[in-house]
Formats: sequence, structure tokens, C-alpha cells
Amino acid sequence: MAANYSTSPQTMSSYSFLKTGFNLRTFLFGNRFNPGLIRQTISYGILITLTIMFLLPFYWMINTALKPSDQVFTAPPTWVPNPPMWKNFTDAITNSYVGNQDTGLNMLPIVRYALNTTIITINGVVATLFSSSLVAYAFARMRFPGKKILFLGILSTLMIPFAVVMVPQFIIWNKLGWLDTFLPLLIPHWFGSAYNIFLLRQFFMSIPMDYDESAIIDGATHWDIFWKIILPLSRPALAAVGVFAFVFFWNDFLGPLIILSTPKNFTLTMYLTNFTIPYMRQTPWNLYMAAALMITLPCMILFFFSQKIFMKGITIIDFKR
Amino acid sequence: MVKNSLLLKNRKESLRKLRMRETLTAFGFISPWLIGFLVFTGGPIIASLGLSFFSWKMLTPPKFIGLTNYINMFTTDQLFKTSIGVTATYVLIAVPIAQVIALGLAILLNQNIRLSSFWRTVFYVPAIISGVAGAVIWRWMYHNELGMINNLLSMVGIAGPHWLYDKQWALMALIIKSLWNVGVPMVIYLAGLQGLPKFLYEAAEIDGAGEFVKFKHITLPLLTPVIFFNVVMAIIGGIQTFSEPYVMTAGGPQNATLFLGLHLYQSAFSYMKMGYASAMAWIMFAFILGLTILQFKLANKWVYYENTES
Repeated sequence: MAANYSTSPQTMSSYSFLKTGFNLRTFLFGNRFNPGLIRQTISYGILITLTIMFLLPFYWMINTALKPSDQVFTAPPTWVPNPPMWKNFTDAITNSYVGNQDTGLNMLPIVRYALNTTIITINGVVATLFSSSLVAYAFARMRFPGKKILFLGILSTLMIPFAVVMVPQFIIWNKLGWLDTFLPLLIPHWFGSAYNIFLLRQFFMSIPMDYDESAIIDGATHWDIFWKIILPLSRPALAAVGVFAFVFFWNDFLGPLIILSTPKNFTLTMYLTNFTIPYMRQTPWNLYMAAALMITLPCMILFFFSQKIFMKGITIIDFKR
Repeated sequence: MVKNSLLLKNRKESLRKLRMRETLTAFGFISPWLIGFLVFTGGPIIASLGLSFFSWKMLTPPKFIGLTNYINMFTTDQLFKTSIGVTATYVLIAVPIAQVIALGLAILLNQNIRLSSFWRTVFYVPAIISGVAGAVIWRWMYHNELGMINNLLSMVGIAGPHWLYDKQWALMALIIKSLWNVGVPMVIYLAGLQGLPKFLYEAAEIDGAGEFVKFKHITLPLLTPVIFFNVVMAIIGGIQTFSEPYVMTAGGPQNATLFLGLHLYQSAFSYMKMGYASAMAWIMFAFILGLTILQFKLANKWVYYENTES
């Protein structure tokens, strides 16, 4: 008790000693020091710096896309295109030939590539949504033997690199005579994709089971429950998977690269990698960037409009299972 | 009594029928995946393994050569060794840096910060145009005299390297470009952070814990499953890197960016060495599988699972 009593004033005094000593904080910020303010300043500082760094490639793309040709090849570069050449965009469209090959098309090549890409993308989105949600439904809301093992099987396919199945698949398409057609880029997506099955199953499991039970008492089949209850309730998850799929198929490169070979069948990404303009020796970077900008625009617009849904979709992932 | 047991038997019978029907319906529902798995994944995997023991150039019939493909890979094919080195360097450098930046950004954005959805969009948008378009933009950014990076560097008096044409810098250039896509793990970290229970932080604050203590003892342990998920996915993706080197460097200069994925693609579709490419694909698969299993083993030591009842 006595010992206790004697230590306490001592700590008090040593504390007050510190108080009276030199204080860097008050020296720098006076008495109005606010630790939150410093932290905020640092946070915003980092965010603004990184934002500039992340946006620089976009700036460089837009800047170049609007430059007159003679300004593309001057060093140091012009940082603001003067005057902005909006014509570059129409030039990029009208000059969109792949190499010197005559594509034998009755439309501008880039329009054809855009159509090809759109067909592949829309099919991919619809196919992924339908097949993956169907499979996910069974894993989330039905009882059947082998369910656990089969689900593990689905998850483990996430590890299989495309390279392993790429060659045999190519041989199958070759045997079927489907090379250089869209079929290999359309059909396989109707059989569910592992990652999306996983995502949708997570979401379906969060819907209360009572709905199913009362529906079954009312004589509903599983198809009815799937189509009329689960899917309408899962709109946010489906939208998220749909947006993911859109971005994936729009940007897909290796798939089309292996299958498609004649220029008229090319997709936009293949067109971008083959970007040259006949009779021009140097890469016309301004038209190239104009084309790149136009090609990336659909994905960016879709993302801006579906941001909330997109982010919600990511939160579905449950890491604990 | 007899009637009763008959009823019970009937009921059991009908219950079994019901179960049977549910099982059949369930298999109907998962049949797309089952068929797809057999035709597009399971079958090709076995075919690929088989092919890896053959020499086959598509035009002539395949010839069985045993383990020769695998032996050649590790003895005579210098490019294979190079590609393994390039891929390993890329994964070892790019994955940790990307994860640290992604987690850092997620923590910044998870604070009470203004315009948080604006920042999030800025950091995520590059991921939307990943692949070919992004690679094309960066090829132009890295242009020796006309590109943005060297011109910015020259403003502060640094003579930038030739980036994609410099053996020493090409791989580094691809790694830097890959950090532009850090938004993907970032949003996943952000989702993980938003799911952390508030009461733990409140309790820690009552105990007088500072920011760093809270981060080290609450945020980090609870986030380990998310970190684990991101690291596993990043390594699986990193080993398969293809579009960026294909578009930006085509594997050059002097094979300095010849990724395993690119070497494999060229073996299969430029040189039509289908058997050899399949063998290489299996080595790639083995790397991914081995690393993933290793990570799951190590996970017991550092990944914290809150409740494991399900």
C-alpha cells in the first residue's frame, strides 16, 4: 500500500516533465495541432499523386488520338494537341485495314470487327448467365449425392491453365472443321464457367430457404423456383456477373487468336494487334490511339453506369468457404 | 397396426421416390457443366497428357516418343529455361508489389474519405481495358523518344532507357505496366475490409490502441483469407501471362520477355509442335498446382479463419 502510494506521484512528475519539454507537434503546428488533419493531408496527397499516375496513360491515349500527324513524331511531344484533330477518329474507321490484305468485305473492316466482337460478347454474356446460374442453383438449393465432391471439382478447374486444354480443343475444332468460324467462340460458353458458378452459388445461398419450401408446397417445380423466384431475387448478382462477362469477352484475345485466321473474321482486339495502315511506313500512333480509345469505350461506359452493381458483385465473394 | 405400417412403408417409398426425383432434377440442372467439363476440360486434359508423349506436327501422324518432350525441355531447349526464368522473375516481383499497393489503396479508401467512389473508379478503370488495348497504350507510353515516360523523365534530367527494346529493362517495363491493373485485387481487399466487424475496433479503441496496433492485430489477421485468395489468384494469373508480352514485346529483345505462356503459344501455333506444347502446358500446370498446394499448406500457419463451422 505504501509502495503504491510512493510511486504514483513520481510517475505524475515524470509525465509533467515530458509535457513541459520540447514538443515537435506544437512547434510545427502551434496549439491548433490536429492529428486527424495531418493524416488526412497525407491520405489525400497519396491519393492525388496515384490518381495522376493512373490517369496518365489515359491522358496519353487521348492526347495522341487528337494530334495532327506531324505532331505525333516530334520530340519533345506536344502536351496539348493543337488543333485537336477530331477527324482522326473517322480516319481510324475508314482506314481500318489489316495489313495489305483485301478483306473482300462490303463494309469498313472495323465495322465488321465490331460486329464480330459484339456477336461473340453478347453470346458469351447470355450463355454465361444462363448456364452458370442453372448450375449454381443446383449447388445452392438442391440436395443430391456427390454434391460436395462435384463442387470441389468445379473449384479445382479454376487452377487449370487454358494452355493445357488449348491444344486438344484446337484439335477438336480442326476435326469438326470449325476453325476460322465463330462456333468455337460461341458454343463452349453455354456449359457454365467455374468462377461464375462459384459467385452465383454464394449469392443464391444467401436467399432464405423458406421461399423454396413454400413454393414447393404450392406445387412449384425446381425450374419454377429457379426461374420465378431465385433469378428475379438475384438481379444484382446476375448484373455483376453479366458485366464481368461482357468485359471478359470484349477483351478476350487468346481465344479468337487461336481460332480465327481470315481478316474478315477478326475481333477488335485482334485488329488492334495488327494495326497498320497500308502505304505508311511508320505506325500512325494518332490513329492507333484513336482506334484504341473507341474500342475500349463500350467497356468503360458500361462500367461507369454499372459501378454500384459491379462493386456489389465483388462483395459476394465469401473467402471463408 | 398392419395398415399403419403399410402406410409408413408407403410413405418411406414415396419419400425415396421424391429424393430420387430431386437427384435427377439436380443432375439435369448441373448437366451443362458436367457435359462441358467432360468435353472441354476433362477430355482435353487427358488428351493433352497423352499428346505430351508424342511428336506431332498436325500434318503427319503423331509418333510416340515417350518422355522425350519432357527431357528435351529440360536439356536442349534453352528457350524453355529462359521462359521459366522470365515468368518466375515476373511473378516474384510483380505479385508482392501489386498486393502491397492494392492493400494500401484499399485501406486508404476504406477510411472516412471524401469522393471515395471517385478514387475507386480511377484505380479500377485500368482493369476494364486490360489486355490488348492496355498493352497497346503502354507500348506507346514506353516509346523511346516519343513516349510519355521518357519525356517526363527527361524533364527532371533523367535519360530514360529504351524500355521495351532494352534487354535489361523490358521485363521491368512489363512489371510496371502490370501494376496499372492493381484495381482488381484492390476492390477485393476493399470488400474484405468493409466486411470486418466494427465492434473489435471499438473495443480496441476503448483499450487505447493506436492505428498501427489496430492494423497489426485486427485488420491484418482478419484480412488474411482475402490476402490468401488474392495471392493465389495473382500467382495463377501471373504464370499464364500472355497478351502483354505478345503485344508489347513479342518476347523480345533477345527473349528477355519470353514468358512461358508465349513460348508455349509459339511452339504450338507458330511451329505446330503440338506434342511439345502439350508437355510444356503440363509443366505449367504442375507449377500452378504445386504452388497452390504449397500455399494451402502454408495457409494453416498464417491464414486466420474466424469461424470454421461451415
